[in-house]
Amino acid sequence: MEVIQSIVQNVNVVRLAGDLDGNTAPGVQAQIMTLTSPNVKMILDMSGVSFMSSAGLRMLLVMYRTIMSQSGKVVLVGLSEDIRDTMLMTGFLDFFTYLETLDDGLKTFSL
Amino acid sequence: MERVDAYPTHEYQGYKLRPGKPFPFGATFVPGGVNFAIYSSHATSCTLVLFDKGEGLPKVEIPFPDEFQIGDVYSMIVFGLDYENIEYGYRMEGPFDPQRGDRFDASKILLDPYAKAISGRDVWGQKPNWENVYPHRALLVFDDFDWAEDRPLEIPMEDLVIYEMHVRSFTRHPSSGVKFPGTFAGIRQKMPYLKELGVNCIELMPIYEFDEYENSRINPDSGELLMNYWGYSTVGFFAPKSGLAATGKLGMQVDELKALVKELHRNGIEVFLDVVFNHTAEGNENGPYISFKGIDNKTYYMLTPEGYYFNFSGTGNTLNCNNPVVRNIVLDCLRYWASEYHIDGFRFDLASILGRDQFGYPLSNPPLLESLAFDPILAKCKLIAEAWDAGGLYQVGSFPAYGRWAEWNGKFRDGLRRFLKGEPGLTGDIAQRIQGSPDLYASRGPTASINFITCHDGFTLYDLVSYNDKHNEANGEGNRDGANDNNSWNCGCEGSTTDVDINALRMRQMKNAAAMLLVSQGVPMILMGDEIARTQNGNNNTYCQDNSLNWLDWNLMNTQGELLRFYQKSIKFRLAHPVFRNRWHLSNQDRVGSGFADISWHGTKVWQPDWSGSSRLLAFMLDGKHARGGMVSDDDIYVAMNMHWESHWFELPRLPGDKRWHVFANTGVPSPADVWENGQEPVLANQDGILLGDRSVVILVGK
Repeated sequence: MEVIQSIVQNVNVVRLAGDLDGNTAPGVQAQIMTLTSPNVKMILDMSGVSFMSSAGLRMLLVMYRTIMSQSGKVVLVGLSEDIRDTMLMTGFLDFFTYLETLDDGLKTFSL
Repeated sequence: MERVDAYPTHEYQGYKLRPGKPFPFGATFVPGGVNFAIYSSHATSCTLVLFDKGEGLPKVEIPFPDEFQIGDVYSMIVFGLDYENIEYGYRMEGPFDPQRGDRFDASKILLDPYAKAISGRDVWGQKPNWENVYPHRALLVFDDFDWAEDRPLEIPMEDLVIYEMHVRSFTRHPSSGVKFPGTFAGIRQKMPYLKELGVNCIELMPIYEFDEYENSRINPDSGELLMNYWGYSTVGFFAPKSGLAATGKLGMQVDELKALVKELHRNGIEVFLDVVFNHTAEGNENGPYISFKGIDNKTYYMLTPEGYYFNFSGTGNTLNCNNPVVRNIVLDCLRYWASEYHIDGFRFDLASILGRDQFGYPLSNPPLLESLAFDPILAKCKLIAEAWDAGGLYQVGSFPAYGRWAEWNGKFRDGLRRFLKGEPGLTGDIAQRIQGSPDLYASRGPTASINFITCHDGFTLYDLVSYNDKHNEANGEGNRDGANDNNSWNCGCEGSTTDVDINALRMRQMKNAAAMLLVSQGVPMILMGDEIARTQNGNNNTYCQDNSLNWLDWNLMNTQGELLRFYQKSIKFRLAHPVFRNRWHLSNQDRVGSGFADISWHGTKVWQPDWSGSSRLLAFMLDGKHARGGMVSDDDIYVAMNMHWESHWFELPRLPGDKRWHVFANTGVPSPADVWENGQEPVLANQDGILLGDRSVVILVGK
């Protein structure tokens, strides 16, 4: 599982690649948490994630709750159709703003 | 502060352990590990069996050391497990002595009765591996669903309109157009349909994990696979059926069902579960070991003095519901569904069994039913009994209610069906049914009565007006299965026909049924698809059919739009008029000084109902000033029901002041004049009377 961070237009862009499951989620969560701070603007680029388990979904929601509690904002981009469907059906998608591409994500922060 | 119990004290084959907590039962996440707790009052020892997901053989079998046992409970914390990839079960050692009721067999791996999710039938219909040493495997489940602001809706009982449905049947048909047919997610995609129909409660046929392959067989005539399709045979009481979830293959059925409940609630729709506590999937002495049979056979099952299984359920075994241990698991189970899944109510299959003692005799004060009625977590849940069982106990009107329990009113079904088909002499009975059956529920009020004309057992509404006899050949039992007392009438031809007159009469009869159901006091229940004339081709017992006999054909929305419209408007009309939804029985007297009784009875002449043995028609008026016991003011309602094959002129009660009768519905006239939008009913030209066509119902609003 890869976690690649970059700053684009003052937005924290975190690109995940690999499978997000019970084995990888705790490590990914720890890394992302180091990047959060009050009022953080974050885009999670999921285009490299091919599989997400229940633990992966939970990690996303914990991260969302943490960022929201610090008045930050997080947007998901690049969800595969499978993962988007899974998130929709299990209710996790309800919490997130999600957009097709990284550019779409950056635009919401520049508005 | 770090907890002392986050550290292991024991080790077995590299697995770090610690004595567990005996409570809660089942598998629970604790810091660093999982707490496993299971009880058996007759086992001599117990072993925890762990599998890597999907593997044929266990990865480890950990015997419970003596110091891990308190009372009859074995409990152990295992540290460092990969939560998502573990399946667990137990082996129990103990005596094998069937005459004394003991059937311990340590060669079997047993499912935790408290398993919160179960693998093995992950995807509906996928052929199982019959050689699996442990076919239904317990999974670990996160119980951290984010409900946000959701909670059970607590819609008052009298305001409910229930829609009984099967999860798979609702969207499995290709015409449903949903992305994941036959699943919880499919229902979610069909939310707009439910909202337009106007129901505010869906009652799901069994969703506890069951085995669709239980007693599966090939129909020798058709070569079709017959399955345990409906699912009235439970494998695990705490687990939603994986094969009904689009995400079941990912083990996310728990989240998918919770997300559905949350979304239904957001749309104002309650969720009831049809729960089957009367028996399990383990059958009799020839059935498989799945769970209870190997854990504590004589505690969980009612046994004859010779050690055979009592069969009050008609399915092989009977759960021993008034044993204190079994009582507790039922209570734990319902509390779990109410609190973890925000379920709004439960319908208990063959509930009379729950009132039998350990030897099968009916109890006058059954402790299980009492516990459920007074439980604090279940306090706002609706409890509904199917108040009979297969052992001959019939308790409609007499089910021990404790002020809480409602009943499927079988007498409503039978009376309305016979009236509908034109049997004479039923007006007295119909008057009771329309009032919420005060003859049955004198002290309990109309909300004790779940009114229905059709349910999953028996004919659909279309088949009720299209078949005189059942046609169950497709079930492969020589048409011997299923009920024979259907009180149905085919309107002149058995089965489908191109005869225009017969089809018109059937349409009218279906509207008549809908109208009478929806103007009755009590709680109406509609069977899935009746609103668009779903047919089962005359099969009145489709429990084994995974095909178009059960699947709702959404193309019917196009061909049966007239009936759908009638249902939609009639449901909205009921919900707009509190006069139909009294919590307490009508008194047949004027209690608010309006000049009218709360309900008054009429025939072709006003104030002269015909209660004679040859009568096939009845009319009644609900006085709007008596709505909700006089607490609110509503319009007046007049309903005339002519189930005679000739038309009749009905005189109308004269309304006070400048109120006028308006026509809400008249099943005797062609669509679209058969039903009007609530609030836009046209005024009736002749206020003195109205002609009812043959076999017709008229509903008027006085305002």
